[in-house]
Amino acid sequence: MSTPHDAYARSLRRRHLQAAAFGWVCSLATWFSVIILAVLLIAVTYRSVGWISWDFLTRFDSYRPQKAGIFAGLMGSFWLIGLTALFCVPVGVGAAIYLEEYAKPNWLTRVIQLNVSNLAGIPSIVFGMLGFTAFVRMFGLAQQQYILWLGFTHVKFTVPFGRSVISGALTLTLLSLPVVIIASQEALRSVPPSIRHAAYALGATKWQTIRAQVLPAALPGILTGVILALSRALGETAPLAVLGAATYITFAPGKKGLLQAPFDPFTAMPLQIYNWVDEIDRKFQNVAAAGIVVLLVALLLMNGSAIYIRHHFQKKIRW
Amino acid sequence: MSTAPKSTGMSGSATPPLVLGAASQGPAPAGKPKFETRGMGFFYGSHQALTEINLLIPEKAVTALIGPSGCGKSTYLRSLNRMNDIIDGTRVTGSVLLDGEDIYAPDVDVVALRKRVGMVFQKSTPFPKSIFDNVAFGPRIGGLNKLSELKDLVEHCLKQAALWNEVKDRLRDSAMALSGGQQQRLCIARALATNPEVLLMDEPASALDPASTARIEDLIFELKQNYTIVIVTHNMQQAARISEFTGFFCLGRLVEVGQTKQMFTNPAEKETEDYITGRFG
Amino acid sequence: MAQSAPNPAPAFGSSSLRKSASWLRAKEMLIRGVLFCCALVSVITTLTIIFVLLYESILPFPGHSPFFAEVSVRDFLLDTKWTPQYADKHFGIMPLVCGTAWVTFISGCVGLPLGLVSAIYMSEYAGPRRRSVLKPVLELLAGIPTIVYGYFGLFFVTPYVLRPILHGGLGFTVGGANALAGGIVVGLMIMPLVASLSEDVLRAVPKSLREAGYALGATKFDVSVKIVVPSALSGILASFLLALSRGVGETMAVTLCAGNLPQLTANPLIPIQTMTTFIVNMMKGDAVVGSIEYKSLYAVALVLFTVTLTMNYISQLILQRYREVYQ
Repeated sequence: MSTPHDAYARSLRRRHLQAAAFGWVCSLATWFSVIILAVLLIAVTYRSVGWISWDFLTRFDSYRPQKAGIFAGLMGSFWLIGLTALFCVPVGVGAAIYLEEYAKPNWLTRVIQLNVSNLAGIPSIVFGMLGFTAFVRMFGLAQQQYILWLGFTHVKFTVPFGRSVISGALTLTLLSLPVVIIASQEALRSVPPSIRHAAYALGATKWQTIRAQVLPAALPGILTGVILALSRALGETAPLAVLGAATYITFAPGKKGLLQAPFDPFTAMPLQIYNWVDEIDRKFQNVAAAGIVVLLVALLLMNGSAIYIRHHFQKKIRW
Repeated sequence: MSTAPKSTGMSGSATPPLVLGAASQGPAPAGKPKFETRGMGFFYGSHQALTEINLLIPEKAVTALIGPSGCGKSTYLRSLNRMNDIIDGTRVTGSVLLDGEDIYAPDVDVVALRKRVGMVFQKSTPFPKSIFDNVAFGPRIGGLNKLSELKDLVEHCLKQAALWNEVKDRLRDSAMALSGGQQQRLCIARALATNPEVLLMDEPASALDPASTARIEDLIFELKQNYTIVIVTHNMQQAARISEFTGFFCLGRLVEVGQTKQMFTNPAEKETEDYITGRFG
Repeated sequence: MAQSAPNPAPAFGSSSLRKSASWLRAKEMLIRGVLFCCALVSVITTLTIIFVLLYESILPFPGHSPFFAEVSVRDFLLDTKWTPQYADKHFGIMPLVCGTAWVTFISGCVGLPLGLVSAIYMSEYAGPRRRSVLKPVLELLAGIPTIVYGYFGLFFVTPYVLRPILHGGLGFTVGGANALAGGIVVGLMIMPLVASLSEDVLRAVPKSLREAGYALGATKFDVSVKIVVPSALSGILASFLLALSRGVGETMAVTLCAGNLPQLTANPLIPIQTMTTFIVNMMKGDAVVGSIEYKSLYAVALVLFTVTLTMNYISQLILQRYREVYQ
């Protein structure tokens, strides 16, 4: 029944070799990803050397590669992400609070929860189609201009929104919502129930408990999730391309007053990069590489701040 | 507390002691020792979990390890087949000999050691595979691939574990569908399939109902004809029922060791007596 | 009752324990309502997407003819030509499906094994220190915008990797844009996703199963490959499905390096067009609203939406059941 001793010893040697070899394969494959990342970054940076300058950051796009700059895209992305944050954070965090703190475990809650997790997996280009139909065209409403008087100044806008910053921001909001909701839910879930119980025991109402105790405790987690969602939105190209955002533009949103900015036409960094890649003049490849480096630096700053927040608050809060 | 365990002889010091302190050596009463632990210490990082353990475990007998929770009895059991190696930052001092060979020597192959020293855990751990594949797992990774031989082996082990009659018609069903007691006997059958010499059991019946517990105990009684069994239990009656020898652990030390009957009727140490009579623990 | 020592704390609110229609209660209800509306936004989004896609492709409202009123479902599914911009218009989605299938298949061949093996490495082999290096690197890889991967594929993978090997070495003709480059790049993109999802799944396998394996004299290979991976199989498949659905919906990287030529082809070295790249290119080219080409966008998006939603949904179901098993 038992294998002879030396046969087992021999097979054991083979099995140890197998285990070691498998370990090597796994480790190689994993570090391969690190190498890919390095190669990708080096290749792009190498292409952009000599093309990134202060002028590149502050100039508008041009049909001549030497004169092309990313300023319009930089400002467009800035406004886009700012407005997206403005819309996305209250709604996303609100939805997460409802689902975690208020919702009873009934069919409606399950539907909402399932919907959120499935929405996170829908291709961004489908959101682009939605944005085009619902915000740019508003299902084919006749175009009409409105003037909103704010007491000290007035804002002109048209409905449907057309290819303006606000259409892009609303589209990116819907796209980022599931990510923000899921991250905020996780942050809320990690707040120990004892904190809630303590507040209830003092006679606080549900909302008082959430606002004064739960939200501050969950804030670092929520912030991290929000920043990561926004940095994903910053790199999104497909939905903006589908919206028909301008690719060649020589002014930044907000030229006619800051409050007017949301209703200005716009471009964004990834769109400009896409446009440059498509140019026939091969020198634009270098311009695109320079654009990518600027985009990656922006992403790095956002991700870095997320990591900093996570790290900084982790040290402070200990249950 | 004493540093070296005292042994409980049949009548004082007339019979040779079963287990000796670090200073002396002598033959064990029942057969030759399977495991011999000398001056063993165990560390989790800088925390010392076991101190100066000296213990002989006789061959083909049941040795029970008892003691309050956190006393180190499970740690000691797991160090007999080096399961603690999996945990980072653990360290063993002193020596543990299996048939006179130090299992912590640098050239020892842990895989081969664990094939000889099988283990059954507190929680039954069936793999999410069929009953047959569970029992055949050990022999298969050991290089046995002939289906006819595997079938015979699986049948033999399931019979040994007193499970054959209950599962012989559904060997291809998932092991997860078995009841808790059946799962535990399956785990015993699975451990037997690698043809070990020693079976380590870590509270094998603590999660089971009384009927299943009784079956496991009967099984242990059967198995000791062929295997050396070391069992950790928190159930004193169980230790009294099934074991020939008992070691009492407390706070990382082996307080007392001896023949079970002797220890339960006439313990040498005050601590042992307090624990057995339920005054603490 | 003793009333000699009055409570020094100021009385606030009503002292009755019975529910009363106080202002505080109304505020609580209002907040609850607002939060509920926030949660509904996601449901409304989904419903709107479904409505928009169905409206332009299927629903026959008065005064509006949807896509499938002008092109039969039979032609859509079986015609082998996709030529919406030509005079002789054909709307057979097969070439687009073929393109998507090529890219998804190749990305799966690259991304799934790499991702799974990395997951095994991180959950079974790597110590905490290595994990703490690898995890952020994978997160970083996952966070790079797809357009950057597209650039990498178009200007690096094809000219410096595929051309020298396949053209220089083996003599194949490699298009400047080709499905292979697109698939490879998408594979690199989904690899971190597979790695992190599968790693979660592998780590959910109880430690006791690993210990039981080691106690039977198993090597690390035996435990990883013969116990942990089979135990986590359904969860791993779910993560694969999720990653592949990402590949199906991937747009920019494919647009840049896989081309824009709808072809029903068995050759992955020539340009193709996927469902997503068709949508981007058509929208960029300003399709006239209401034209048949315009409506075809929604029909294609409907197919894309249905496929990815189904894959996601199945994967969620499997993962949910998987989590219930190991709790």
